[in-house]
Amino acid sequence: MFLGRVVGNLVSTVKDANLFAQRLLIVQPLTPDLKPTGKQQVCTDCTGAGAGELVYWCKGKESSFPFLPAEVPTDSTIVGIVDSVNRTC
Amino acid sequence: MILARVVGSVVATRKDPRLEGKTLLILKPVAPDGKDEAGYVISVDTVSAGFRETVIAVSGSSARMAQGCKDAPVDSTIVGIVDTIHLDT
Repeated sequence: MFLGRVVGNLVSTVKDANLFAQRLLIVQPLTPDLKPTGKQQVCTDCTGAGAGELVYWCKGKESSFPFLPAEVPTDSTIVGIVDSVNRTC
Repeated sequence: MILARVVGSVVATRKDPRLEGKTLLILKPVAPDGKDEAGYVISVDTVSAGFRETVIAVSGSSARMAQGCKDAPVDSTIVGIVDTIHLDT
């Protein structure tokens, strides 16, 4: 799983039936120091995260598990909203 | 999921029977601000996307969860046509 920040959203009308009513957010991956790293990603969301929020997200087939038993075709999903990050070393 | 623009199509006669009747499109990944990114992807189209349209494509084993792709040998599927992208600045 990766840290990220919600930086935008995306609207799509014509889409896979199983993506119906799913929110699509644009996430900027972050380092543990909360510095931007890598390419921005389109993610589905199962937490109700909002603009500018610090979140963690996962990649791969596991991304569709929060929506089971619906088979949502997604490969990246926001699975949690981060309250705080502690980095000791 | 990646954001990409449709830049071409691929025709294949000899292929796995489970790919029959499926449209193969060439995608150029783009950033949310519209700039091109490196590389190209060949993707199965399940939403009837057209040339120059911006789409979202799902990759990996989640690509098989799109409509009509169950058990098909695909690792990238177009699952939505993008209407608008909103970026917080």
